[in-house]
Amino acid sequence: MIASANVPRLEMSGVRKRFGATVALDGVDLLVRPGEVHALIGENGAGKSTLMKVLSGALPADDGQMLLDGRPYRPAGPLDARRHGIAMIYQELNLAPHLTVEENVMLGIEDTVLGFLRRAPMRQRVTAALAQLHHPDIRPDVRVRDLSLGAQQLVEVARALAADARIILMDEPTSSLTRADVTHLFDLIRRLRDRGVSVVYISHFLEEVQRVADRFTVLRDGRVTGSGSVADTPTSRIIEMMVGRRLEEMFPRVPHAIGGPALCLEKLSGEPIPTDVSLTLHHGEILGVAGLIGAGRTELVRTVFGLAPVRSGRIRVLAVRGPETIDAGAAPARRLAQGIGMLSEDRKAEGLALPMSVADNITLSRLGAVGFAGLLSLRRQREAARRWIDRLDIRTQGPEQALWHLSGGNQQKVAFARLLHHDADVLLLDEPTRGIDVGAKVQIFRLIGELAAAGKAVLFVSSYLPELLGVCDRIAVMSRGRLVAVRPAAGWSEESIMAAATGGSS
Amino acid sequence: MTTLERTAAPILFTMIYWLIAWNDSAIGWLAAVLYLPLLGLVMLLRGRERRLLVALFLIILALAGVYQLKAGIEAHTVATERAVRLARAGEPVEPVPGRSHFIREQENNFLKTRTFRSTSNQTVAVGIAAMGMTLVIISGGIDLSVGSVMALTCVMTAWCLKAGAAPVPAVLAGIALGGLCGLFNAAMITRLRVVPFIATLGMWGIARGLAKGIASEQKIDAPAGWLGEHVVVFQPKPAWLLVSPGVWTTLVLAAIVWAILRYTALGRYIFAIGSSEATARLCGIRVERIKLYLYTIAGLCTGLAGVMQFCRLTVGDPTTAIGAELDVIAAVVIGGGSLSGGEGSVFGSIIGALIMAFLRVGCDQVGVPTWVQEMIIGGVIVLAVALDQWRHRRMAGTR
Repeated sequence: MIASANVPRLEMSGVRKRFGATVALDGVDLLVRPGEVHALIGENGAGKSTLMKVLSGALPADDGQMLLDGRPYRPAGPLDARRHGIAMIYQELNLAPHLTVEENVMLGIEDTVLGFLRRAPMRQRVTAALAQLHHPDIRPDVRVRDLSLGAQQLVEVARALAADARIILMDEPTSSLTRADVTHLFDLIRRLRDRGVSVVYISHFLEEVQRVADRFTVLRDGRVTGSGSVADTPTSRIIEMMVGRRLEEMFPRVPHAIGGPALCLEKLSGEPIPTDVSLTLHHGEILGVAGLIGAGRTELVRTVFGLAPVRSGRIRVLAVRGPETIDAGAAPARRLAQGIGMLSEDRKAEGLALPMSVADNITLSRLGAVGFAGLLSLRRQREAARRWIDRLDIRTQGPEQALWHLSGGNQQKVAFARLLHHDADVLLLDEPTRGIDVGAKVQIFRLIGELAAAGKAVLFVSSYLPELLGVCDRIAVMSRGRLVAVRPAAGWSEESIMAAATGGSS
Repeated sequence: MTTLERTAAPILFTMIYWLIAWNDSAIGWLAAVLYLPLLGLVMLLRGRERRLLVALFLIILALAGVYQLKAGIEAHTVATERAVRLARAGEPVEPVPGRSHFIREQENNFLKTRTFRSTSNQTVAVGIAAMGMTLVIISGGIDLSVGSVMALTCVMTAWCLKAGAAPVPAVLAGIALGGLCGLFNAAMITRLRVVPFIATLGMWGIARGLAKGIASEQKIDAPAGWLGEHVVVFQPKPAWLLVSPGVWTTLVLAAIVWAILRYTALGRYIFAIGSSEATARLCGIRVERIKLYLYTIAGLCTGLAGVMQFCRLTVGDPTTAIGAELDVIAAVVIGGGSLSGGEGSVFGSIIGALIMAFLRVGCDQVGVPTWVQEMIIGGVIVLAVALDQWRHRRMAGTR
């Protein structure tokens, strides 16, 4: 490591990036010192990923300066960034599962003579890199697909080490790790820091940030809203920097009364997860579901709604519409007829038909309400759509506008409008606030509260703990396909949820 | 939409119409009567459809212009050669006027209603099949079996007539067989989970083989009766029909399919499946059942197209319509259909079919060799889709 401690490892100033009319980065400054763990914090869509893509050469900046160890740095592409010693570890692992650890670590930086691999020096570099991981399972000849998720994450780190990285960027590295793996990763990050490597750590789990980071920078809507030392800044202050308003304004409480059961899951198991989930959702209740990625939250929702097969167990539906039913799985069409609606986590690919109009998307699950015997009344369809556009304050030129012209928040409101048009009694919401701006989030939180007040039962899946704690009546935590605990929201904290989700005792 | 497009369409339309009326006085008064309603129709259309129509007019105008130039130059050459010959023979020679005079003097045969009639007749089979293909492509699928199924239904109709059936049952048998092929396609796609490309590629072979089997690898000569004399003919009877009943059938079918797409839940479901099958499932749409319906409807359209082919040929030819599926797909794609689904329009597909037909006929009239024609049509297909992609990127960029 070459630089003296006074010269920052990385200095970004006034970095701008826009996509069409959307400003993703609006003059961002970031300063990372050698041998520090710097947390980059912000909600989804704040610009963290864009900033990291600019830094790792995947996107060119429109404007602004970058200095690496005091020298101007302007990467021509990801390979160029890698040559400058910048390594990116993405949230989704970028490993070739059929290749061995060694082949993965050296991928793209193979040591060759006339196209032939020089095996001995490569093996040396890989062994040196792996030695720093302190992990017994990770040997050069093991195939990556045979390793656990946590170990695969470490192989990514080894790849960065083998390339002599000066800065390692980690994008939410713990989102799929068990508690033991997280501890292992944090130990490794601290050892790297002590050797002078700078780590930029992206996360929205503030508890993790406090455990591992030295300093932080908060991004909101493409701007820096604060930075400082982690030890000197209270968590509530960081959250306010993230959301741009006081916490009580962020999560408006709508008073609602909890009624009788609406949906009972009895030892429900899917293919391959969830496993043995028993849960009762009441009318007028907002029930949060927390857990790591891959813990089975989305699978649970899809199994209930009939988009994924039921292996065993039963589902009891006591929605207002129709008689009480018990079954072992049914098609989405039947669930919709029973008054159950689902909001998909993947808005673009599954939740909405983007090429179609606002009106079509709102009325699609219940076209019968705006027509007769398979024929549609375009006038009634427009009127129905207009009602929901006004009610939910959807910013659109009109019901006929194609959905891809709308912003993420307005698209999500259209997805909600479909559930409302369908008049569903039980709402299964999978990550309803993913990738939308703060203003739209507040509106959606209030809407969820109003729905509960109207007696609807809401199942609210989210990866973002503050919103679960701020909105829900009860919170259930899932881990490895199983439901590990259900408690009133007041009985949880971010730390205890993470502990339960990562497999510790609750 | 730009002001240019808004004004260019009616102006071009007026010019074309005026040229027709001027060149063929028999139809002149009708042009005058129909002018306003047709202009209204053009103004009703939006965006891509109006652009396509403008493109069609430009192609027709360009071909007409080229035709007139070519004919004028040829006439000039003939006159000059004649003058030279006469002068050599020592006879008195009048001065030959300039080329522009001959070009002006040329009567523009290309724009005569004759050309429109023969072109529209050639479009009938492709146009009808394109209606079914429009549905399939909007749903995100593809049907490669169209040409083969057309041959099969063409042969089937002929076979029925030869066996002594009356024309109406023979036609119905042909259409029904097309529907059956479509149903079979849908069964392969939804039950066996074979992707549409492969399933219909299978049907492409099966139907062609079956057609040859039924016809014993020969053309079936059948008493076509009024089917051959009235349906797809150059001079329609009664004369007030202007174009053949086959063309009218195409237009009526287009109206029906347009209404299905716009005014029925089925139409909305087809668009939804093509836009995103996952979304359709999430909204409780029975995706398999809808696919069954739409491939069957497409099969019925193809069956009708095969019957029209028989009416035009008046024999059951098992080797007819080879490669027609590609013409049909090209028509839909030029008309704005996207092979990734969710997009396409009836009107666009009709215009797409017309654009290809006019390019062929126009090139023939102008004397462009067939191999150049094929290259031109290939280029037009790529150009049309490239323009559409460019438009998409621009729209995504301004979001």
